[in-house]
Amino acid sequence: MFDFKVLTQWIDQSLRALNLPDFGVLVIELVLVGIALLAAYAILAIILIWFERKICAWFQCRLGPNRVGIFGLLQTFADTIKILLKELIPINNNDKILFYLAPFIVILSSMLSFGALPFGKGLQAIDFNIGIFYMMAVSSLGVLGVLLAGWSSNNKFSMIGAMRSGAQMVSYELSVGLSLLTMVIFAGSMQLSQIVNQQADLWFIFKGHVPALIAFLVYLIAGHAETSRGPFDLPEAESELTAGYHTEYSGIQFGFYYLAEYLNMFIIAAIATTVFLGGWQPLHIPGLDGFNHVMDYIPTPVWFLGKAFFCIFLSLWVRWTFPRLRIDQLLHLEWKYLLPLNLLNILFMALIVIFKWHF
Amino acid sequence: MGGFAAYLKSWVTGIVSLLTGLKVSIVNFFRPKVTESYPENRKTLVMPEHFKGVLTMPHNENNEHKCTACGICQMNCPNGTIKITSQTIETEDGKKKKILDTYLYNLGQCTFCNLCVLTCPSNAIVFSKDYETAIFTRSKLIMKLNNEGSRLEEKKKSASGEA
Repeated sequence: MFDFKVLTQWIDQSLRALNLPDFGVLVIELVLVGIALLAAYAILAIILIWFERKICAWFQCRLGPNRVGIFGLLQTFADTIKILLKELIPINNNDKILFYLAPFIVILSSMLSFGALPFGKGLQAIDFNIGIFYMMAVSSLGVLGVLLAGWSSNNKFSMIGAMRSGAQMVSYELSVGLSLLTMVIFAGSMQLSQIVNQQADLWFIFKGHVPALIAFLVYLIAGHAETSRGPFDLPEAESELTAGYHTEYSGIQFGFYYLAEYLNMFIIAAIATTVFLGGWQPLHIPGLDGFNHVMDYIPTPVWFLGKAFFCIFLSLWVRWTFPRLRIDQLLHLEWKYLLPLNLLNILFMALIVIFKWHF
Repeated sequence: MGGFAAYLKSWVTGIVSLLTGLKVSIVNFFRPKVTESYPENRKTLVMPEHFKGVLTMPHNENNEHKCTACGICQMNCPNGTIKITSQTIETEDGKKKKILDTYLYNLGQCTFCNLCVLTCPSNAIVFSKDYETAIFTRSKLIMKLNNEGSRLEEKKKSASGEA
């Protein structure tokens, strides 16, 4: 397996060889990391939008975008250029500062979680010892932007959408937290790099018996609800609320919300990948050394992105299958079904860890 | 059934119904797609049997059509799409006969209701399977269906036909 530390350390050493002060080296490296993450952010968003449109089309027995570029690959680039050229329509009687700030908060929260994601072996900007905590904290910051957008738009539809989004986020944050906590109990660590390293021989979803599987499913459902897409798209229920919290936004400000929605989907899938599906670890089956060796030749970022896209596919499958829930059904599902299951599951996992029933 | 048993049952029925839905959509995911990639598949595109494109009047190899200029299609047309002009000639044996002069069909006004084809007593007109009928000039939508110099196809004399 290629360790990307070789590359990053080479960059560090060659910068230090220029006899720059330590602070200068740090600033240059921070800028480089920032540019790399921003580029990854933009490219992933474009790929995700294309992926979603194709998958959605196939679920509906259509072909999807196939005119601009081969397989419609350039369609999203064309759409991006279009949205950049659109006019930003100013709104009367709204809270100007909050209105213009809100899209940036939404983008910021998904951008922040990008820094801590382990994309490959040695490809992680920051490795906190409370990595999972950090991810949960910043990925739920986005709801602030949604609430601000709803409040500052001075529009009843936006307001109702934002309030629904708040209720949804508060409820489903519980399930996300508890299902991740189940795996933290199992791994005994919150550091993302350690969690990934522990899955070198076998991924947690196979290692952890039934509780890991249940936690995975609960995490996918709750995480899907957090992105407020698919059957949980109450904040922007278009038949009731026009477009919900981003009704008043136009041009690239709307584009920011659109982008953040897709990136949040990716982040949820990436956390699921890291915690349950072994992150960038190749598929290893104990006892099959030849097979394991072949799997090691596939680069680690490919494994990571492949697994993340698999999780995204599951989320799209759900999105294009089920009708939208009512707000009471939504809260019903969380508080009466997912939460009790989750609490039982966490107990079960604790027992498994105490009595060492796992592999 | 008690409250808790009902709750457990709702778990099972809920999961089963969700899985049923997921199964339906994944089956559709792998089904052949129904979208037609139009300009590419022009050669192989087959129109359905009842497709109505443009009204045409088939002519045989001797440049003969079957239209007797009776005007029934013109009377039945709800939109005034068809305009028939006829002239009266005298045949060799001294009988007066109405023959078709021009058969004008306005594609722009046609709703493709098929009434003209259904009511034609001599099956002189049919709808073709042409679908690329868009043009830039409105006047080109008015078509003359009978060919230049065409005439009525003589009916084969049969025993019952003479009555």
